[in-house]
Parts: sequence; C-alpha cells; structure tokens
Amino acid sequence: MEFSILTLCYLIGSVTFIIGLKMLSNPATARRGNLIAAVGMTIAIIGTIFLYRDEDSGEKLHNYLWIFGGLIIGGIIGTLAAKKVKMTAMPEMVSLFNGMGGACAALISIIEFGHYAHAGFKNSIQEAYEAGDQIDDAVLSLGVQTGVLITIFAGLIIGSVSFAGSMIAWGKLNGKIKDFAFKGQHIVNQVILVTILALSTYIIYRIKISVGSTDDAPEVPLNITGISLLFYGVLALSLLYGVLFVMPIGGADMPVVISLLNSFTGVAAACGGFLYDNKVMLTGGILVGAAGTLLTILMCKAMNRSLLNVLIGSFGGGNKPAGAGGSKEQGAYKEISLSDTAVIMSYAHKVMIVPGYGLAVAQAQHACHELEKLLESKGVDVKYAIHPVAGRMPGHMNVLLAEADVSYDKLQEMEQANEEFPTTDVVLILGANDVVNPAAKTDPSSPIYGMPILDVELAKNVIVNKRSMKPGYAGIENDLFFQPKTSMLFGDAKKVLQDLIAEIKNL
Amino acid sequence: MEAVLKWLSDSQQIIYIVILMIFVGIEVIGRVPSVLHTPLMSGANAIHGVVIIGAIIVMGKAESDNYVALILGFLAVILGTLNVVGGFVVTDRMLEMFKSKKK
Repeated sequence: MEFSILTLCYLIGSVTFIIGLKMLSNPATARRGNLIAAVGMTIAIIGTIFLYRDEDSGEKLHNYLWIFGGLIIGGIIGTLAAKKVKMTAMPEMVSLFNGMGGACAALISIIEFGHYAHAGFKNSIQEAYEAGDQIDDAVLSLGVQTGVLITIFAGLIIGSVSFAGSMIAWGKLNGKIKDFAFKGQHIVNQVILVTILALSTYIIYRIKISVGSTDDAPEVPLNITGISLLFYGVLALSLLYGVLFVMPIGGADMPVVISLLNSFTGVAAACGGFLYDNKVMLTGGILVGAAGTLLTILMCKAMNRSLLNVLIGSFGGGNKPAGAGGSKEQGAYKEISLSDTAVIMSYAHKVMIVPGYGLAVAQAQHACHELEKLLESKGVDVKYAIHPVAGRMPGHMNVLLAEADVSYDKLQEMEQANEEFPTTDVVLILGANDVVNPAAKTDPSSPIYGMPILDVELAKNVIVNKRSMKPGYAGIENDLFFQPKTSMLFGDAKKVLQDLIAEIKNL
Repeated sequence: MEAVLKWLSDSQQIIYIVILMIFVGIEVIGRVPSVLHTPLMSGANAIHGVVIIGAIIVMGKAESDNYVALILGFLAVILGTLNVVGGFVVTDRMLEMFKSKKK
C-alpha cells in the first residue's frame, strides 16, 4: 500500500515536471508552471522520505535527523541566496545552483561505490541468488553488476564535469576568473577524456572478472584499495576535465555552456534514476537533459554558431584575435557632450535604446526607464532593441528591463528592431559592444563573424555610452565606434543617464 | 551479444521511458521565445534537482556508524536542496518581474 502511494507520488512528480516545463516556455503561464513543478518536486521528496522501502530488505529509511538537517540547512541557504541575489547576477546564480546538482549526483556515486567496495562488490550477485534468480552466472555478473557500475561511473563523471565546469562558469561570469587557454588544450582535453573512459572501463572489467564466478571468467583476487584509488583518480580527472573544458570559453558563449552543463546535470540525475530504478529521477533528469540540449542548440542558432564551434572555437577568449584587433586602422572617434545628446534626443521622432551588459552592471535599468518616460512625455517614440544574447544570457536583458517596469510592448526583438533602424533618428547604445559590431557581417576573420547583430548603423545618429574605449566582453575592437555617424558618450551608464535626464528636464 | 540482448529485454521499461522523455523534452520547449531562455534554463535547472531523491535514499540507507557515507550523504542532501529550492525561488523571482508590468 505504502509503496503504491510512493509510486503515485513519483507519477505526480513526473507529470508536473512535464506540465511545468511546458508552461515555462510561454510568458503568460511561466510562473504558474514553475510553481506546479515545485509542488510536484515537494510531493516526490516527501513521499521518498516517508514511504521509501528498500526493494530487497523492505526496510524503511533511517537517519532522519541527518536528512532533515540537510534539507533545512540547504533550504535556508538556498532561499536566502536566491532572494538576495541581484538581477544582474542571475546567470551566475543559475550556474552555481547547477553546479550543486552536479556535485550532488557525483556524491551519490561516490557513496554507492564505497558501499559496493566495502562489501567486496559481491552484493548484487548474492542478492540475486537469494532472490532465487535462474539466470546463469555469466549473464548475471555482467547484467547486474556491470549495469550498476556503469551507472555509478556515468553519474560520477558527468556530475563532476558539470560541477567543476559550473564553478568555473560562475567564477567567470562574476569576473573572478579570466579566460585561460594554452596551446594544444583541446588535445589535452581529449586525452583526459579518453583516459577517464579507459580507466572506468578497466575498473569495471577488473571488478567483473574478479567477482564473476564462472568458468570462463576465473576469479582473480581483487585489490579493493587499488581499485578505490583508481576510482578517485577518475573523480579527479573528471573535475580537471570540467575545469579545462570551460576555461577557454568566453564572451557571449558563456550562456551556451551553462545551458549545456545544465543538461549534463540532468543526465547525471537520470543516472541516479537508473541506479535506484527510480522513475521520477529518470524522467526529470532525461526531460531536462533533452530540453536543455535543445535549448543549447536554439541559443547557438540565435547566434548563428554551431555547438561544435562554441566548444572548439573558444570564442573571443584565449587565442587573442590578432586580425580583428591590433592590425586594423582605427581612425578617430568623436565624443559628444551631455547637452548635445539631450538636444538630439528630445527633438528626435524616434529613439531606439540598445541595452547591453554595461547597463546591467551599472544597475541603470531604472534610470533608463525614467529617460524613456521623459522622452515619451515630449512626444518622442522610444523603443528598446533587444539582441537575443544581450547581457550575459539570452533573455537576461528582458528580465532586467522588466524589473524596472519597462512595458513589454516596447521591447523589440532583433528582426523587428532591424526593420525599424532605417527610420530611427537616434540610437542610444548603453554598454553593448559585441551585439552591434559590424565585423560580424563584414570581417570573416573576426571571431564573431556570422553572428546576427543589430544594424544600428542604419539609423541617422548613433550614440554609444561606454566607460572607456576598451573592447567589450568578446575582446574585439568595434569599427562602429569609429564611423562618422557615431558619437561616444563616456561614463558609467547610470550616472550618464541620470545626468542626461536632468539635462533634458532643463531644456 | 547475448548479454546485451538480455539487458535490453530486462530493462525495456526504462529504455522506453528514456526514449519517450527525450521526445517529450524536445517537444515541450519546441518554440520558446528567446525572452524566456533564462527563466526556462533556470526552471529546468531546478527540475534536475530531483537528484535530491537519490541523495535522500543514499543517506537513509547508510549504516548509522558509517560516518564517511553519512557525512558525504549529508553534504549531498544539502547541495541537492540548494539546487531545488534555490532554483525554483530564483526562477520565480525572474518570472515575477515579467508579470508585474503585464497589466
């Protein structure tokens, strides 16, 4: 009876995950979808705690104090962190939480392996014997033992890579870790990956021949300590691989990597589902793994890049783009004063604002909204042009602007915006670099070549707000800044906007 | 070969689930607007926190005197909870903002 109720709990969990994910992909229902998935998760967790019984022994779970202690501590830290984090730091937070999930999956594998090592790896075979299975020994040792071992290793490797990668991504997004690459890094990465796989295969094979008690697979004494050491070797290499895998990737490719790691963790969770024959873990994990992979591909498409390109190309990072940056003639840029900007903008018919990460770090979204209202009151048509990867993550900019109450219908997606630029009088670029860089269209040697951009140069005037002439996140120069139509307005986005508002009010 | 076939027929239920879920996952977020990429990623992130169930099982099965397993399991439960709770709360905060300006 209890067990059937648990099955029901898991069924509800799986269904709510599907419904929740479906609703999350539509703006009108997204919030409710998130809530539904959360409720389903809670049901599955509570059901597990109170109703789970071991399949063989029929024993209930124990160590409740530890379990609840962990749940409460994790719950409090998680809630506080999630509530306190600034909207600008959202991508970091997502990456951090993802890493926690990966670590959790890896820990499960470590404990399970320790459990089997402790019992001399004979558990599952003996259990099957006791259950009176008629399967012959060879199949048994291969079927039961190997399956479990493969799942343990998969969970360990994928979880650790996801954890280490997410931590690096987190550090990079908040600027603590710089891009890092060395010559032949991809080869080193591949060697590590092959070593991980080879080592895992060896361990599984070694355990199989020492435990499998058949004629063709003679019993060879197994050195448990040695095997355990090798197991931790796999763990260490997987962590190293995660670090090296994310290290060279930079710039606008970061969200793609986070999304990819997200689906990795999904697969790691599904491994747990295999291990415990637990359907809710399996469905939840695979669901996220598949959806995350598709999301990753969609993001790549939005930037007109292939996934392979992202992973191998080390976009903007590491191998410094000498062709695009240093050698080219830069010419002179011209500066524009605040008062001139104020005049141009207040007498324009149509203004497009292009928000970028500069706006986000300066927390200038409120000031930006204020400027928009002020200009509107003067009869200027103000809209926002949002590049799909503006900010640090797709949709990040929309979240920021939404926080400042910017009306939804003022936000134009890239295609719409590009149609409107020719009839626009002033484009105000707030701390965006790479998404307006014409090199993406004109310079095949540029690392961002092929990425769709906002065609701001079609407008009559382009005003660029930046803190300095330093190149943007992708580390490449932007020809736009040196074009005759373009004027530079230096300073911190928030301060400039506030001064600009004061200036317009004084006109 | 025989073993592989045996494994296939033994675990066919699970294999069916995996294949179906892959299609469901792809189908469910088929045409998502880029506006929602971040919240969707974050929401999916919270869902894979379901790995917490594994952590609870491993913790609940550990012998009360096996301190290594207890401590590692305890850590796993904390991290898993962080993933679940943090993930859902962060997603909700993001989506709340979308809602506020929708009149």
